[in-house]
Amino acid sequence: MANTPDYHWPPMDKRRVMGKRISRLDGIAKSTGAAKYNSDLKPDGMLYGALLSSPYAHAKVKSVDTSAAEKLPGVTAVRVVAPAGTELQWAGAEIAYLAARTEEIANDAVRLIKVDYEVLPHLVNEEDLSKVGNRARPSGEQVTGDTEKAFQEADAIVEGNYGIPVITHCCLEPHGQTIAINGDKAEYWPSTQNVYGIAGDIGRALSIPVANVHVHMDYMGGGFGSKFPADAWGIQSAQLSKESGGKPVKLFLDRATELTIAGNRPSVFSKVKVAGKKDGTLTAWQSETWSTGGVGGGGLTAGQLFPYVFLGVPNRRLNHTAVSTNTAASRAWRAPNHPQVCYITCSALEDLAAKLNMDPLDFFVKNIGYAPEARREIYKYQFQKAAELMDWKKNWHPRGDSAQGPVKRGLGLALSTWGGAGHASTCKTTIHPDASVEVELATQDLGTGTRTMVAMIAAETFGLPLSAIKVKLGDNSYPNSGGSGGSTTIGGVTSSTRKAAVNALQKLFETVAASLSVTPDDLEAVDGRISVKGNPEKGMSFQMACQKLGVNSISEMGANVPQQAPQEGLNTGGVAGVQMADVSVDIETGIVRMNRLVAVQDCGLVVNPKTAESQVFGACIMSVCGALMEERIMDQQIGRVLNPDMEFYKLAGIGDIGEILVHMDIREENDKRGVIGLGEPCAIGGIAAIGNAVANAIGVRVQRVPLTPMRVLSALEGRTA
Amino acid sequence: MQNFEYASPTTLHDALALLASKWGETDVLAGGTDEISLMKDFLHTPKRVVNIKGVKELGGIGRTAQGLRIGATATFDELASNASIHSEYPSLHSAVMGVTSPQIRNMGTAGGDLCQRPRCWYFRRGFGLLGMQDGKSLVPNGDNRYHSIFGNGPAYFVNPSSLAPALIALGAKVKLVSPSGQRVVPLEKFFVSPQSESTRETALLPNEILTEIEVPAARGIKNATYEVRHKEALDWPLVTASVALQMSGSTVGQAHVVLGHVAPTPWVATEAQSALVGKALSPDVIEQAAKAAVAGAQPLSGNSYKVKLAIVAVKRALLEASGRA
Ligand SMILES: Cc1cc2nc3c(=O)[nH]c(=O)nc-3n(C[C@H](O)[C@H](O)[C@H](O)COP(=O)(O)OP(=O)(O)OC[C@H]3O[C@@H](n4cnc5c(N)ncnc54)[C@H](O)[C@@H]3O)c2cc1C
Repeated sequence: MANTPDYHWPPMDKRRVMGKRISRLDGIAKSTGAAKYNSDLKPDGMLYGALLSSPYAHAKVKSVDTSAAEKLPGVTAVRVVAPAGTELQWAGAEIAYLAARTEEIANDAVRLIKVDYEVLPHLVNEEDLSKVGNRARPSGEQVTGDTEKAFQEADAIVEGNYGIPVITHCCLEPHGQTIAINGDKAEYWPSTQNVYGIAGDIGRALSIPVANVHVHMDYMGGGFGSKFPADAWGIQSAQLSKESGGKPVKLFLDRATELTIAGNRPSVFSKVKVAGKKDGTLTAWQSETWSTGGVGGGGLTAGQLFPYVFLGVPNRRLNHTAVSTNTAASRAWRAPNHPQVCYITCSALEDLAAKLNMDPLDFFVKNIGYAPEARREIYKYQFQKAAELMDWKKNWHPRGDSAQGPVKRGLGLALSTWGGAGHASTCKTTIHPDASVEVELATQDLGTGTRTMVAMIAAETFGLPLSAIKVKLGDNSYPNSGGSGGSTTIGGVTSSTRKAAVNALQKLFETVAASLSVTPDDLEAVDGRISVKGNPEKGMSFQMACQKLGVNSISEMGANVPQQAPQEGLNTGGVAGVQMADVSVDIETGIVRMNRLVAVQDCGLVVNPKTAESQVFGACIMSVCGALMEERIMDQQIGRVLNPDMEFYKLAGIGDIGEILVHMDIREENDKRGVIGLGEPCAIGGIAAIGNAVANAIGVRVQRVPLTPMRVLSALEGRTA
Repeated sequence: MQNFEYASPTTLHDALALLASKWGETDVLAGGTDEISLMKDFLHTPKRVVNIKGVKELGGIGRTAQGLRIGATATFDELASNASIHSEYPSLHSAVMGVTSPQIRNMGTAGGDLCQRPRCWYFRRGFGLLGMQDGKSLVPNGDNRYHSIFGNGPAYFVNPSSLAPALIALGAKVKLVSPSGQRVVPLEKFFVSPQSESTRETALLPNEILTEIEVPAARGIKNATYEVRHKEALDWPLVTASVALQMSGSTVGQAHVVLGHVAPTPWVATEAQSALVGKALSPDVIEQAAKAAVAGAQPLSGNSYKVKLAIVAVKRALLEASGRA
């Protein structure tokens, strides 16, 4: 190749596919049910897996007797994973897995397994730090500046307790897989965020070459950070298949198990003290925080992240304690640490603004200088835009709606940030002589629209309609494109696709340049034609160009290498977002109703505004759930989750979400930063904004979310909930 | 779920013959929206399941000389679209509409709603109707945010039916038929607060079928239901109040005030009723009656908010009823 091809994104005004509101390619298949999820599959001869789990939060296994289960006709294999002597650390911890011909037999067999336990003392609740005894693991104090002095010199100080509980991922499609092991080969259909990497878990566990583990996943029903490893259920199902003559074994967790052991977001509780000046300058932040993410403690870093985007505040004193509880381990949850840290920070700052008799909008803007420099101006713009959409200046009132009647209205706001630079990704693009184009990469479409984004980038690059592009993903025989975590997917896959497509196109240019008596660099691909730049008449159809390939296709690779990406400019990281909530609270019932949630979100170059908005809509709905309804409720007496079901693990329905107004912050200066991930940043600020809106409506702070009638009424009564 | 024999008789006679006289042996299956969950969770492990949806005589809703007959297998959807219920029993209509899931409305039946088991999370996790561990109820020291505020144990669950308070306020009776005969029981008496783990929360006998609900005519009776529900989407009410007021002139002649989700049975608020009788429905009277409704309430450690909700529910139900012709 003569010189490095130009991978840059076309300028905004030259794009024909990117930046357009394109409906996701698999939308129809998904909404009609034609799309088959791995949990829908039923390969021939499939066996059903089932598991036995601990009813105790903390116990030692004294003995496990599987003989009756093994004898049950139809049971093909039984595996004990917690043999005598094992210390079980949470209710729901797995003890045995088995496979059987039917689901019914499998479940019956599980009940035939006899386990003797030595029950040990447990702790499952962390909200009251004084009751956790030796389970507290303080991580040491972090001090910046002089908080004592700042408090002495402050014009206003507020102290508050804020709490945000453990919630679960509650994936619509539960964790699980179907897997078949034959000899040293595996066919594996998991529900995963990690199509390429997950094969390694199976390969290692079964001592078979990773290259022999074939992973398939066309669609998946939600992961939110909880679906990276193969997990015990994957590995044990593989072993069960192996022990059952290689028949596929299907095991997807039931709802109760899904909510109990398949991941959760750590809690954070806090005592916060903040100080400010009359003019609204924040001068000091002090927080004592504690949290649990299971036996390991967890949530450790959360304590170090205060006061969130205002890290530049000169005086800070931070103390964090991880609490080890006998509950299942936490997993990454859509923006790890951020919703919690944002909620506590924005609540305390809004309380300070209220004490200073300031509009929080002015207060937050006033202190935006404490935010990283790169984002200050973006935040200011976004606050203004969100305020416009909310008609903030007209609708905001000081704390406590003075309107007559029991229904009080209030506004609240929050701001958020995230990284989201593209992960390492490789992509193969093939142009066939019949002019069909294939793009292959071992990524996954979690429902975010990855398939559609890849097709759009290829279509843009080749100057072809979307329908001309065949995207192949969800299969680990394609080039590695990394797991989908940290909102890194879109940056990774769009960059690698762009580069692979540009490379392939370059080869096509080289093939046809001579016949047009120009050099490859003189050519461009626009509107289904390969033609000479500045002279569109001189050229040929893409079809015709491909015919010149004879019997050979062009296959080119493209890679996103995170270290190089910033120079290339295809993707970067670091985004800003602002959320504003408008709520009505019935102070007689304590019920909070959403009127409107506004989200203004930047994510650099927005590949498809429509699917981007969809991401934000989904995140806003999650925020409503987290703010108003969602919590894992543990009982200290029995050590178990009381609400591992869809009745009392409450989630919002359509009638609960109110109006959601999303504004993607699409501007030239943001676009120049390249593509940045979006899944997580938009799921951060909503809870804080809603909490603040409720405080604004009713005139008092409800200390912890979710803001249920119980807590709202208690707060109104002046008690803590 | 434990294996079971399935029977789908077409006559009441055959259905009754298939039922055993001991709990645990057989179960009636109506819409199955609760029964199937109970079986999946091994809370019910019947050896035989008797589907009653094929029994024609148990269905339908119709006017009678006395008022309204609701067949046990009439679905929520049939109740919701019934014109008489809509116009004459707005209290019942709004209780029906409170169950917002189309799936449950299509499958769930009136009889099933009255016979469904409590949703207490200790019961549903296998700790028995009274939620006992080591001879002690788990509720008082546990998470009792959704539990009873009346009744003082040993049962602390709340009656889950949202039709029952409306129907009791309207003076409904249920017909219970067994192989040895039939009895008609005022709905209020149908529900009992179990005193031991071996008793049930209704008067229903194992070999009885609830065949129909008789609702007296309500023309001229001001009636309304107010439910406090956290969510708009399918959710259990936190507290409900149903009222039915027989006016004599401009004052209340007879009053029925029944709370739901506050006790192991629908809770007849007698003091609220007394506070209304003989009075005109002024805001003050309504306020006083609402407060009287929670006389004797004994909230648990985590549910005193429900006392407030009960007051509000009664107040709002009365306000709504008082606005009706
Ligand atoms: C998430 C959720 C929310 C809900 N919210 C509400 C609510 O707000 N308010 C409300 O009232 N309900 C609510 N329901 C419950 C629903 O209304 C009941 O499950 C339904 O009414 C039961 O009727 P069914 O016909 O399906 O009964 P089934 O499930 O068939 O039976 C329930 C029980 O009653 C017995 N039974 C049924 N019919 C008879 C009969 N005729 N004679 C004798 N025994 C009988 C059965 O043996 C079984 O034990 C909710 C349910 C869910 C899952």
